[in-house]
Amino acid sequence: MSVKIILFGKLADIAGGAVSVDNVADTDSLINALHKDYPEFTKTKYVIAVDKQVIKENTVLNKKSTVALLPPFSGG
Amino acid sequence: MSDQNLYERYHRQIILPEFGEEGQQKLLKTKILVIGAGGLGCPALQYLTAAGVGTIAIVDDDVVALNNLHRQVLYSVNDIGLSKAKRAAHILQQLNPEIKIISYNERLATQNALTLIDDFNIIIDGTDNFSTRYMINDACVLLNKPLVYGAISQFEGQVSVFRNKKEEDVNYRDIFPDPPKDGEVLNCAEAGVLGVLPGIIGTMMANETIKMITGIGEPLIDQLFTYNALNNQVYILKLSARKETRSLIPKDKKEFLKIDYEWLCAAPVQQNEIDSDIFNRMMVKGNIDVIDVRELHEMPTVNEFNHIRVPLAQLADNTSLIKSDTVIAFCQSGKRSLQAAKILSGIFGNSKKIYSLRGGIVEWKKHKQPV
Repeated sequence: MSVKIILFGKLADIAGGAVSVDNVADTDSLINALHKDYPEFTKTKYVIAVDKQVIKENTVLNKKSTVALLPPFSGG
Repeated sequence: MSDQNLYERYHRQIILPEFGEEGQQKLLKTKILVIGAGGLGCPALQYLTAAGVGTIAIVDDDVVALNNLHRQVLYSVNDIGLSKAKRAAHILQQLNPEIKIISYNERLATQNALTLIDDFNIIIDGTDNFSTRYMINDACVLLNKPLVYGAISQFEGQVSVFRNKKEEDVNYRDIFPDPPKDGEVLNCAEAGVLGVLPGIIGTMMANETIKMITGIGEPLIDQLFTYNALNNQVYILKLSARKETRSLIPKDKKEFLKIDYEWLCAAPVQQNEIDSDIFNRMMVKGNIDVIDVRELHEMPTVNEFNHIRVPLAQLADNTSLIKSDTVIAFCQSGKRSLQAAKILSGIFGNSKKIYSLRGGIVEWKKHKQPV
């Protein structure tokens, strides 16, 4: 099962292109897998949204899920 | 002002059925505070002035610089070195002499934030740093003031509206509970920004403000709008309040005044950091190697004092260039130079005194003295 992952800001720069993670059942395992593939992710804060809803705790994913990771911006 | 004139100036929005004279009257009666007259503040101010918001106050302690002009579209070359708040107020007053425009040429800090914010109906955050953003958020929650939030980085922008009317209304800390530490997120001076991006985001902030005041449409309450200027992707996240958030916000004014927001967002002051003042004094004494650890293409160029240029990534391999017993590293904002100081301390140990210029060359240029 491969969910769709959308990255914003610095996270997109770190990944440098499309990101895919196979066989993850929930957001915790997805994040763990991403941190393994992109250790730089651990150095930045970001919010996690599943199907456009910002989540507060581990959330079950299905094959149609879209997960977005969005870091804070400070510029003005 | 006569009704005839009012009708004439605002005619094209008054004839909108949803807006009408009632909408115009609501705008004219509203007092807003725009914090930051930079990339986001300029377009927001321009449209809110043109639309006829009755009282507009501008807070900013910065002065106009040449490298602001590609995005801070209120200013011209003649404004360089002058107060942004004062210049913006002057320029905007010419655009609409019939509204009240107030300028505060000062930095928003915990000491003045609550008094200032309390005087206005809607607050617009166009600042450029996390410490002020968290401070504004907390103050608006405390004072139940609606906050129109916008932020940008490189090619992307975010917009949201925090209503702050009820306990369960979402605020910025529901999205990002704690401020990132210094260096975790690059600011515009370091990461760069496409000039038109704050134009788009700042204009959206004006639009959200007008919707909030007039009650038309659907403001971005409990939503975070994101925009990517490169591919025109828009992504709107739905937000919800967290129980824990309330505990992160000061309980009352007294507690608010005790919070050091600068400190919350900054790495603790390192022992080897020096400010511009000390830097200048050390330069007078001499016998120092100064290293610019920025990339070679980075601006501004520095010709005020002798230094060598070794980008951070190449620093460890080029330590033979360092001859003096005292070394000062600098970069754009003081973050990379801190890393440089760490690297050099690792190599030289106690055999050399190693410092990093706090605030970087940007800060130094603000207070520069002949050295």
